[in-house]
This record gives sequence, C-alpha cells and structure tokens, in this order.
Amino acid sequence: MNKAKELDTPLQSLGQARRAQLLKFWHRFKRNKLGLLGLGISITLVLLAIFAPLLATHDPYEPALYERLTAPGAEFWLGSDELGRDIYTRILYGTRLTLFIVLLVILTSAPIGLLIGASSGFFGGWVDKVLMRITDIFLSIPKLMLALAFVAALGPGIVNAAIAITLTAWPPYARLARAETLAIRKSDYISAIRLAGASRFRIIFRHIVPMCMSSVIVRMTFDMAGIILIAAGLGFIGLGAQPPLPEWGAMISVGRKFIFDQWWVAAMPGIAIFVVSLGFNLLGDALRDLLDPHLRNR
Amino acid sequence: MDVRKFIDWIKHTLLWLGTVGITLLGLATITFFISRIVPIDPVLSIVGEKAPPEVYDRVFLELGLDQPLYQQFFNYVLGILRGDFGTSFVTNRPVLEDLISFFPATFELATLGLIIGVITGVSAGVVAAVWHDKWPDHIVRIVGLIGYSIPIFWLALIALLIFYAKLDWVGGPGQLDISYEDIVEPVTGMILIDSLLAGETEVFYNALSHIALPSILLGYYSLAYISRMTRSVMLEQLSQEYILTARVKGLSEWRIVIFHALRNAAIPLVTIIALSYGGLLEGSVLIETVFAWPGLGNYIASSLLSADMNAVMGGTLLVGAVFVMLNMLTELLYKILDPRAV
Repeated sequence: MNKAKELDTPLQSLGQARRAQLLKFWHRFKRNKLGLLGLGISITLVLLAIFAPLLATHDPYEPALYERLTAPGAEFWLGSDELGRDIYTRILYGTRLTLFIVLLVILTSAPIGLLIGASSGFFGGWVDKVLMRITDIFLSIPKLMLALAFVAALGPGIVNAAIAITLTAWPPYARLARAETLAIRKSDYISAIRLAGASRFRIIFRHIVPMCMSSVIVRMTFDMAGIILIAAGLGFIGLGAQPPLPEWGAMISVGRKFIFDQWWVAAMPGIAIFVVSLGFNLLGDALRDLLDPHLRNR
Repeated sequence: MDVRKFIDWIKHTLLWLGTVGITLLGLATITFFISRIVPIDPVLSIVGEKAPPEVYDRVFLELGLDQPLYQQFFNYVLGILRGDFGTSFVTNRPVLEDLISFFPATFELATLGLIIGVITGVSAGVVAAVWHDKWPDHIVRIVGLIGYSIPIFWLALIALLIFYAKLDWVGGPGQLDISYEDIVEPVTGMILIDSLLAGETEVFYNALSHIALPSILLGYYSLAYISRMTRSVMLEQLSQEYILTARVKGLSEWRIVIFHALRNAAIPLVTIIALSYGGLLEGSVLIETVFAWPGLGNYIASSLLSADMNAVMGGTLLVGAVFVMLNMLTELLYKILDPRAV
C-alpha cells in the first residue's frame, strides 16, 4: 500500500518556510518597477562580465592604428579609441574589472565593519569608546580624499585602489552594526542564549550579526554604486587601474584629450558607469523599501 | 541654578573641544602612517638620485629619520601645530603656503556650488514633499537618483563639450580667458570678489562665465543629497499635529508649508547643508581636475601624480580638518537653534 506521508524533519520544514518567505519577498519586490529595472541592470552586468569574450567584436587590447578614433558605426559600434581599439569591446571587458573592484571592496569592508561594530556594541565600555572613536575619525574624512591618500601610499593599480576604497568603506557598517547590536543586546533571546552557555563569539557571530544582515544588505547595495563612482574617479585621476586595462574611469581619462572632436571616446564609458551605478541605486532603493520600512521616506 | 548651568556649559564645551582635538589627532595619525608606508624615499626626492652620500646623510638627519617612530610622530604633530606641513617637492615652497594660495579658489567654487545646491535642492525637496507620491515627487526623485549615480567628472566633460565647445555659452577651463589674466591684483584670491573690488566689470563677467559651469555641476552634485533629505524632513513635519491645527485654523496651504513646516525643518536642514558642504570639497577634487581650476583639488590631484607626499598629506589634513570642524560646528549650532536638545 501507499506509504503514509511522513512528517518533514524540522530542517526540511525550516527550508520550506525559507522558500516560502523568499517567494513572498519576490512577490512584493516585483511590484516595484524601478527596483526590477535595477535588478535587471545588475544581472545584465554579471552576465556581460561572464560572457564578455563571446559578445566581443574585437580584441580589447590589440591596437589597429589605421582605424584610430573612428566614429561609431557598423565596424565599431561605439567608435574606436586613440589606438584603434573597439570601445564597445573594451567596455564589455571593463565589466569584469568593475565587478572585481566592487566585490573585493564589499566582501572585505562589510565583514570588517560588522565585526568592529558588533564587538563595539556587545562589549560596551572602553572597547566601545575606542572603536567608535576610530570609526568616527575615518568617517570624518571625505571618502574620496582618504582613498586618494591611501592609493598615494600604496601606489597606483587596481588592487591597491580596491584596498584603499575598502579602508574608507568599513566605517558605515561599523556604525550600523553597533546600533543594531545595542538594540538587541539586552533582548530576552540573547539572555537565553547566554544562559545556555554560548560563548561571546558565538553570540556575536551566530546571533547578533545575522540580525544586522537586512540593514547591511541594503547598505551594501547602495555602497556598490558609490564604490563604482569612487573607483572610476581614481581611474580618472590616474591612480586606479592602469592602461591598457579597460577600466571605465581610466578610459574616460584617456578620452578627455579628444573630448571636443572625438567625443565618443570619453562619452561611452561614462554612460556605462552611469547605467551600472543607477542600477545598484535603484535596486538599493527597492530593497530598502522592503527590508527597512522605517527608513522609507529617507 | 545659573551657576550650575554655567558649569554645565563649560563642561560641555570642554568635552566638545576634547572630541575635536582627539579627532584631529587621529587624522594626523592616519596621514603620518600613510606617509611612512609610502615606498618613496623622502630623502631621495629632495636630494635627487645622484647626490653624494654625505648630502644624503645630512638630509636624512635633518628630516629626523634616525629618531624612533614615536619621536618622529611627536615632531610631526608639533610641526603641524606650528603650521609646518613640510616642503612640497614640486613647487619647492612650504606646503602651508601652497595650501593658502590654492584654498580661496576652491572656497569660491564650492560656496557658489553650495548656494546653487541649497536653493534648488531645498525647493525641490519641499515640492516633492508637498506633492508626495505625485508626479513632481517622482521627477525630483529621478533627478536626484541621476545625481547620485552619474560620475561627476564625466558629466563635467560632457557639459564642457556641449555648453563650451558646441554652444559657446560659457567660458572654458580655467578661471579667466587668457586675455583677462593678470589684470586684477589678487586680494582675497577669489576672482569674482577681487574683480569687483578692482572695479573691473569686464573681468568679473568673464570670470562669471568661467565659474558658471563648474559651480552649477557642483550644485547639482549636492542637490541630489539636499533634495532627498529636505523631502524626508518636510514629510515628517507635514505629518505633525500642529500642521493639522494650522489647517483647521484655515490657513492657506502655502503659508502652512513655508511658515510652519519649513521653519521647523530648518534646524535639521542646517546639519544637512553643512554635511553637503564637506561633500562639495570632495567633489571639487574631480571637478577642478576637469576644469583646470587652480584650487586645492587640482593641487592635490597633481601632487598625487608626482608623488609629492607632503603636499598630498597637507591637503588631506586641511580638507579633513575643515570637514571635522563643519561637523562639530553644526552639532553646536544644533544645540543653540533647538531648545529641546541638551
């Protein structure tokens, strides 16, 4: 006979509950058209980065001096640059550099900030005072200035630029995590976990940090837009990615010399930066509306 | 009672000064350590590659590089307090002198940008709040989002292309046309004010045509932030009960918005505006590079490229210090303006 349907194990039901939650979240997210546009741009960025070699029409590095500074047309969709390289292909390959910098910065700065903030809020006392003072000092300098100073010390280059941006990007996460930690530190469930004998690190990592995640994700999405702009700014000044790398900011910097006659050299990469940055901002707006309803009007 | 209040006030002021001091000291610590980890030999950049060893050693000792690190840091902070930021390797002048000569141009540009940003940003924010979730709100939101997302140096290049090269509506890069240079004696270092002081109206109009584009761009840069924050502050005020009271009293809508809501929103707006001024100093680094504006941002960017560390760190310290002071002053202003804050 048919085997009676067994009850799900607790882990299975937990998984089902999560899937249901996610589905509900998606249904609410779907209603925000601009948010969908942002999500679409972000996904497209990732796809373009993965399939860049398939979609490219030329070699991103090979100069073709007879075809330098060609206007956009059938051969060069977005024109060619001062060495005759196809700008469309270079922008396409540039998505990889952009994603590389953004992910490197986000994946290092957010955990650092979270750890500092959560410890600060959880331990309190002088630990809190010292950590928060350091955070405030970093927050007190405009981000781009500080990143410039760090890059000046580390030397130009794409990894150094990412490190420099990381060093300026963690403080907001620390502030955020501290505020959230202070709010939940005294709650009953933390006391219960402590009574159960959990260590301080376990409490911070397993029970406090996950509670900060939704605000952190919102913050991260907005940050991605900012990181792209700062990285491009560094590239533009000449301290980020170095030629011949097809980094968008550096491409604008080169195109600057031809801006009055061959405008496309500088204009095209700028449009790419703008679209991607706008995409992350739209996505961030939508996520904030869903995850952080009390911030809705900010 | 009054004595106690006075003591409280002294206590607060001292605490405030202490916080400012610690923050500035922290700032100096960061710049000190950055300039120590640079792979550039400061002695070599002064004496050059071919200097004989005696000269090298002498400069090495003069710079105090033989002393322990904490001693060097102590000297560094003492030097800053005396106004000694070291010598720029490029201009061969004390960094402080350079900073003082470049600051007015940036100040002029950023202030004009802020004025434009505040006027347009606050009005846009008020409009967005009054027509909440209607089309004016959406337009303001989209204009702001674009401002948040657009690389400002790129926008500057495109604006130069359109409004200078194609339409010829504004002056090009730099503060003045070449034919107008060196007519006006610098007094304040701010070209608009100097030309007016000298009574040279032609120079003034030329300067105005040059500053228009960069200041409007900086204004747009801060508009994004100011309009968003104004909107949120105004929305909060408009939902308060005193607004309902005013409506019940039969006041006209614009009177309620301007004289009641906006007046109460003014206090948080002060903080927002001060913060965006700091952001403008940052934006000026990129804008000045594009417009060849002879200001602090351009100075810092070109020093960076020639690895002139004293100049870079001096500039960073100055911008950071201005930023810290702005923050602290708004906090103080907040306490004065808002009687509820203690």
